[in-house]
Amino acid sequence: MATKTQAAVDGFFDPAIPALLGTKCTQCATVFFPAEETSCRNPYCTATTFDHITLSTTGTIWSYTDAQYQPPPPFVPADPHVPFAIAAVELAEEGIVVLGQVAAGFGVADLAVGMQAELVAETLYSDDDTDYLVWKWRPVKEPANG
Amino acid sequence: MANDKSVAVLGVGMHPWGKWGKNFVEYGVAAARIALDDAGVEWKDIQYVAGADTIRNGYPGFIAGATFAQALGWTGAQVSSSYAACASGAAALANARAQILAGLVDVALVVGADTTPKGFFAPVGGDRKDDPDWLRFHLLGATNPTYFALYARRRMALYGATDEDFAQVKVKNALHGLNNPNARYRKEVTIDEVLASPMVADPLRLLEICATSDGGAAMVVCSMDYAKAHGYDKVVTVDAVTTVTPTFPNTVIEMPNFSTDSSKTVAQAGPTFRASIAHATYEQAGIGPEDVSLAEVYDLSSALELDWYEDIGLCGEGEAENLLRSGATTLGGRVPVNPSGGLACFGEAIPAQAIAQCCEVTWQLRGQATGRQVEGAKVGVTANQGLFGHGSSVLLSR
Repeated sequence: MATKTQAAVDGFFDPAIPALLGTKCTQCATVFFPAEETSCRNPYCTATTFDHITLSTTGTIWSYTDAQYQPPPPFVPADPHVPFAIAAVELAEEGIVVLGQVAAGFGVADLAVGMQAELVAETLYSDDDTDYLVWKWRPVKEPANG
Repeated sequence: MANDKSVAVLGVGMHPWGKWGKNFVEYGVAAARIALDDAGVEWKDIQYVAGADTIRNGYPGFIAGATFAQALGWTGAQVSSSYAACASGAAALANARAQILAGLVDVALVVGADTTPKGFFAPVGGDRKDDPDWLRFHLLGATNPTYFALYARRRMALYGATDEDFAQVKVKNALHGLNNPNARYRKEVTIDEVLASPMVADPLRLLEICATSDGGAAMVVCSMDYAKAHGYDKVVTVDAVTTVTPTFPNTVIEMPNFSTDSSKTVAQAGPTFRASIAHATYEQAGIGPEDVSLAEVYDLSSALELDWYEDIGLCGEGEAENLLRSGATTLGGRVPVNPSGGLACFGEAIPAQAIAQCCEVTWQLRGQATGRQVEGAKVGVTANQGLFGHGSSVLLSR
């Protein structure tokens, strides 16, 4: 049994909140995910300094699909492969669409373009003592403000 | 429609697509020999070799121009090697054309070839956590079909596309490629057979996603003066080549990215990236989509062909399904799309594919596309898109 948890990759999300980690340009305020820390990618801006931010944790499903076949490495598959859904979710405040797997237990039949989704942290894969976590999108069937 | 930026296409050639399991150099050389024969130009007279690179065949693939030049026999020609993912062939052609238009060389050979592994394309090996192409497989299990499927599902939600529409694209392209000697898959399929094939990335099924193939394609191109001086009459011309990048903010999720650019600080102005590719070509050629007789577009999935109808200006946004259903894009229709059979019949041989599109358009414009001829074809356009933001579009006429 795994006893520790950690993010599957550094700098992309904080599983404790959970939230995606991005940056905001100190000059033009453009938001970047994954974090941009070197040079602003707005072609009209030459800034090289950024504030670290967390992104909105709810958004609207832009589109979705699933993986019926096992993806190749470096994906770490379950054995046997368990199909999973993937969603592209639009964050209104940031004006960004972010990809993520869909939370376990939800398939394409549970999803629709325009549906609300919220960010959760789930295990991507495990080794002997650690669960490696990743962000996933969980559909919210009721309107968030309902 | 030739203009002052046109170059002449003297010859084209392809090695048939398939899973031949040979060295990619063999396919490239075979295609080059056919193109040279077709042109009536001897290899020793080629002044510039533009290779389109493959990244799955070791170092010879990274410097494909020199690899092909050595295989054909060193002649001291000028050489370049280009990698731009699926757009590599157009990048190589753009190099050759620029050299010719600058007056640095008169006649050039453009070659691309690939030997591909089976199954999903996977990223380059190693533990590379700063490479989005590696990370999208590791963190998301997002394959190339994942992205095609996101576009397909969105078409269904926004424009009412149906499973049958997507299947119909495959049925049409299978019919087009039936008699194409260079096509890998030459078999008619029905809508029911497409819909009965296994789901890969909902809503896309196995028969709607392009395979990976071995193949090679080549062109001999030259200046208009060279063509005239050597007595070529009524040649096909390349009137425009564009290799545009996206414009910030790129608001459509693109392979292999995790996210779009933010649209909050700079408003998206003008067309999306995919639409900008052909727009730039029309602008360069000084004509519009209404002048086009046929198009070869990158049908990585059946559904993606519908996106291209709109992106290359054959119809307005949300009208692609109706254009397909009307038969306009089928051989015999107003503007046949993928008369070669497209990727549906070829599968993808990455560095050869953009050149192969030009080979097909050349045969169509010459009236040599036996069994799939677009009658009276005068102008053809190609469009494709390479990973990480390489646009690719070529306009040819006769």
